[in-house]
Amino acid sequence: MNIKIALAGNPNSGKTTMFNELTGSSQHVGNWPGVTVEKKEGNLKGYKGVTVVDLPGIYSLSPYTLEEVVARDFLLKEQPDAIINIIDASNIERNLYLTTQLAELNIPVVAALNMMDIVEKTGIKINTEKLSKLLNCSVVETSAVKGTGLKELVSKAVEAAKTNVKNVPTLEFSKYVSDAITGIENIYNSYEYSPNSRWIAAKLFEKDKLVMENIKLPEDLKSAIMEIVEEAENKYDDDSESIITNQRYEYIEKIVKDTVVKQKRSGLSSSDKIDSVVTNKLLALPIFFAVMWLIYYVSISTIGDMTIGYVETIVGFIQVGVENLLTSAGASFWAIDLAVNGIIGSIGAIFTFVPQLMILFFFLSLLEDSGYMARVAFIMDRIFRKFGLSGKSFIPMLIGTGCSIPGIMASRTVENEKDRRMTIMLTPFVPCGAKLPVFAMFIALMFPNDAWVGPSMYLIGISAVIISGIVLKKTKLFAGDPAPFIMELPNYKMPRMKGVAIHMWEKAKSFVIKAGTVIFLSCTVLWVLQNFSATFEYLGAERVDESMLASIGGAIRWIFVPLGFGDSWAASVASITGLIAKEVVVATFASVGSVIPIEFTQVTAFAFMVFTLLAAPCFAAIGAIRNEMGNWKWTLIAIGYQTGLAYVLSFLVNTVGSFIFRGTSATERKILDISIMEEAAEGAVVNGDIVLIIFAAILFVAIGFMIYNKFSLSVKKAEAKA
Amino acid sequence: MKTLKETECRETVKVVKISGEAAVKRRIMDMGITKGTELCVKKVAPLGDPIEITVRGYELSLRKEDADKIIVE
Repeated sequence: MNIKIALAGNPNSGKTTMFNELTGSSQHVGNWPGVTVEKKEGNLKGYKGVTVVDLPGIYSLSPYTLEEVVARDFLLKEQPDAIINIIDASNIERNLYLTTQLAELNIPVVAALNMMDIVEKTGIKINTEKLSKLLNCSVVETSAVKGTGLKELVSKAVEAAKTNVKNVPTLEFSKYVSDAITGIENIYNSYEYSPNSRWIAAKLFEKDKLVMENIKLPEDLKSAIMEIVEEAENKYDDDSESIITNQRYEYIEKIVKDTVVKQKRSGLSSSDKIDSVVTNKLLALPIFFAVMWLIYYVSISTIGDMTIGYVETIVGFIQVGVENLLTSAGASFWAIDLAVNGIIGSIGAIFTFVPQLMILFFFLSLLEDSGYMARVAFIMDRIFRKFGLSGKSFIPMLIGTGCSIPGIMASRTVENEKDRRMTIMLTPFVPCGAKLPVFAMFIALMFPNDAWVGPSMYLIGISAVIISGIVLKKTKLFAGDPAPFIMELPNYKMPRMKGVAIHMWEKAKSFVIKAGTVIFLSCTVLWVLQNFSATFEYLGAERVDESMLASIGGAIRWIFVPLGFGDSWAASVASITGLIAKEVVVATFASVGSVIPIEFTQVTAFAFMVFTLLAAPCFAAIGAIRNEMGNWKWTLIAIGYQTGLAYVLSFLVNTVGSFIFRGTSATERKILDISIMEEAAEGAVVNGDIVLIIFAAILFVAIGFMIYNKFSLSVKKAEAKA
Repeated sequence: MKTLKETECRETVKVVKISGEAAVKRRIMDMGITKGTELCVKKVAPLGDPIEITVRGYELSLRKEDADKIIVE
C-alpha cells in the first residue's frame, strides 16, 4: 500500500530540517506542475512505500498568494492520507492558525510541537495532553534539530494514515456563524453532493473567489447564500472573511489559555539583544554593508576567483590529456578540436562556476538560517521597493558584479514572484566580471585618455536597473497592487551545518543538471558554426572568415548598421560568440582581426560597449534564468527585454553621438590594433575596487536618506505643533 | 481615530478595526492582527520604513502604508 503524508507548517517552523530528518537522502526536488514553487518529495526513512511531500511554508490557506494556493490545491486534489502539521511551539498562537484551517480539510492531522528545546529554555510550559484533547488530534513534542520525538511522530502519522479513525482537528465557530455555514451547506447539498461540503460551505461563507469560480452555482442559489452572508456581515459589522479569521483566533486564544503557561520574561531575549545592535538606527547600515562586502569578498573575489583558476587548470590538464590521447589514436584534426574545445571546453565552462556557486550558497544559507536575511529586507526595503524590487534584491545585484549566474540563482530568496522575476531580469545589467575584458580592450584601444569610460559602464548598468524597475512596474507584466510587505522577523538561530550543506549541494546539483544542458548544447552548436564552412569543411581558427558563423554574421550585419558597428561582420559575429562567454568577444575580435582589419570610431566603440553591457547574457546565465524562471516564456521575455533595451540605447548612443561629435576625432575611424588587443583586455577598467566605491556611494545615499527623514519628520512635528 | 502608523515607539495599543482591500486585509489578519489584539511598536527601520511590531509573542515587520490601515486605540 502506498501512503502519502504531507508536511505543512509556517515558514521558520523548522519544516525543512524536519523534512531532511524524515527522508534522509532520498528526496528529490521539482516544481509544482505549472508553477515555480519548489516541490520536494522523499521516502520516509524506516518505512516502505511511504512518501513524504514537503508543502511550501505558509501562514494560511488563503486564496491570495501562490504558495498558499499551491498547498491548498495539493491537499484538496491529491488527498494525502495524513498531514503532519509542524508547529513552532515557541510561537504557538500564530502557528495554530494554520492548524484551524487544516482542520477543515477532512484529512487526519498529527501535530508536531517543534522546537520544544527552545520552549523549555524560555520557561513556557505546554500541556500537550490537554492540547491534544482540545484539538482532537495527536500532538507530539519534537525537536527536529536534536532529533527527539521524531520516531513517535512518524509512527503516529503512519497510524493515522492507515486507520480509518478520523484524527481530524475540531474547530468551533460561534453558534451564529456555525448555523449560517450549516444553512449554506444545506443549500449547496441541494445542488450537488461532495464529501467536502462543510469545507465548501465555509469557503462560500468567506466568499473565497477560487471556490466561487470552481463551483458554478445557479444564480438563485447563489443569491440565497449571499443573503445569509450579508445578514452575518451586518450583525458583526465586518466582512465575512474577517469574521471567520477573527473567530479562528478567538478559538485559538481559548485553547492556548487552557494549555500554555507563559512565564513573564524578565529583560531582553537574546534575539532582542542581537537586534538592538544589528537593526540599530546608526549601526544597521554599516553592519549590513560589512556583511555584504565580506560575502562578496570571499565568494567572488578571493576564494571564488581562486577556485575558478583551479578548475580552469584542471580542465586545461584534461584537455591536453585528451588531445594527446586522440592524436596518438590518429583522430582527425577536427574531431580532436571538437572533443577538446567544443565538448570539454563547454563542460569546463559549466564547472568553473560550481565552486563559486557553492561558496555563495553556503553564505546565503547561513544568512537565511540565522534569521539575518529577514533583517536585510527590513533594512533595505525602503530603497528597493521604489524600483519594483524587494529589499532582498540587493544580494543578487551585488553578487552580479562578480558573475550573473550566482546572482540570478540568489534571487530565490525573494519571496514575492513579481519581485523575483524583476530581480532575475535586471541582475544581468550589472556589469559582471567577464564583461570587463571587453571594456578594458576598447578603453585601451579607443579611449586611452578618457578615465570616465570605465565607471560610465557601471553607471549605465545601474541606471538601467533603476529605470527599468520604475518603468516595468507600470507595464502589464508587473503591474497590479504592490504585494503587501508583511514579514515575520524570526528569532536568531545558530545555523545547522547539516542543513547548510544540503542546501549548498542541492543548488550546485540543480545548476549543473538544468543550466548545464542548455550551456552544453548551445556551446557545441556554436563551435560547429564557428569551425565549419557551409560545405562542412573543417576550417580552424585561422580561416574563421569562411565559416558558417561568418556567413551568418554577414547576413545579420544589417541589424547592427543603425548601431554603427554593422559595416563588417566581425562585430556581429563577436556579439553572437559573446553568448558563449562575454570574454570570448575579445578572442573573436583578435582572430577575425588577424584576417581582416576591424574599424571602429569612438562613438561606435561606445555603442558596442553599451550593447555588450546590456544585451542577452552568456548561455550559462541564460540557463540560470531559465532555471529560476521555471519556464521558457519568462526566459524569452527577460532576454528579449535585455536585448531590446541594449539595441535601443546603443542606437541612441550611435545616432546622438555621431550627430554631436560629427567632424571631430570621436567619429574618426580607427583600425583595432590586434597585436596589443589581448594584452589590453587584461587591463583594469577602473582603478581601485569598484565594488567598494559602489558600496561607499550607496551608504552615502542611504545616510543622506536617513538625515532627510529626520529633517522632514521634525518639520512635520513642528507644523503639527504650530 | 489613530492608526498603527501614528503609534509611537514602545507604545502598546489595541486593534479596533482593519480597513483596506481584501487581500491585504486578509494577510494582516492571517498574521494574527485581529480585533482586540495587543500590538507593541518596537522600532522603525533605519531608513524610516518599515516598522517592527510585537504581536502574539512574535516580531512582525510591515510598511507604514499598511500600518495606516490598522486602526488602534
